[in-house]
Amino acid sequence: MSDFWHMGGYAFYVWTSYGICFVVLLMEIIKSLLLQKKIVRELALKRQRQQQVKPS
Amino acid sequence: MLPWLTALFMVLLVYGLYGGLVLAPADYQQGDSFRIIYIHVPSAWMSLFVYMVMAISGAIGLVWHIKLAEIVSISSAGIGAAFTFIALVTGSLWGKPMWGTWWVWDARLTSELILLFLYMGVIGLYGAIEDKRTAARAVAILALVGVVNIPIIHYSVEWWNTLHQGATVAKFDKPSMHPDMLIPLLVMAMAFKVFYAIALLMRCRNEVLQREQNNRWVDEILEKL
Repeated sequence: MSDFWHMGGYAFYVWTSYGICFVVLLMEIIKSLLLQKKIVRELALKRQRQQQVKPS
Repeated sequence: MLPWLTALFMVLLVYGLYGGLVLAPADYQQGDSFRIIYIHVPSAWMSLFVYMVMAISGAIGLVWHIKLAEIVSISSAGIGAAFTFIALVTGSLWGKPMWGTWWVWDARLTSELILLFLYMGVIGLYGAIEDKRTAARAVAILALVGVVNIPIIHYSVEWWNTLHQGATVAKFDKPSMHPDMLIPLLVMAMAFKVFYAIALLMRCRNEVLQREQNNRWVDEILEKL
């Protein structure tokens, strides 16, 4: 198992590569999810405001 | 559709990583450092593929004024930039132990860097123009001009002398790679492609919600969420 993590002496290069790749791709997904939440929240607020206006 | 794609992505990813990091034997010249290939090459392929999707859907939007094509085009830009960034960084991390340098200004590396700048130009231009439909048209033209860079990247290793190795998989005779090494690479390439589909769907959904927020059907979707 430690052989696996050692990567024949190239551990730094191999694992940094995989780490950066993982982080970048994960950020892409998280960014989309956060933006979606924000949009839904804002639209819900907008609809609330519109409904408050109507009855008067 | 997203849950299915995510499941497919996870299966491909686990299989590809296991095959690439554990099962595949070390390279006889490069030792274990060659394992960077399993993310470097798929992301480099995807950086070109996503660019073509962006340019073609941009052209479709330009000619037929189809909103969805514009949205696919602009949503692809950020994802493509991410793939290009990964390809450059992992290439650098591979170059250091193998070539003895992080970076050389040769044809392959420079043209890939230009690709990153093209993506960034597209994103910047789109953000700079207020009216989204005008922005989409401007971006499509920029993307189409940049298409000239794509064959340059692909053939750069043949046209110029470079430190970068030649094509290993995408050539006309059979790939010069052992199946034990090649299959995980193709599986990882599939995984990256599915990831693109997932990320693209998520981005398009956001873009559509923002653009069409005054439409009634958006309200109906919101009620379900």
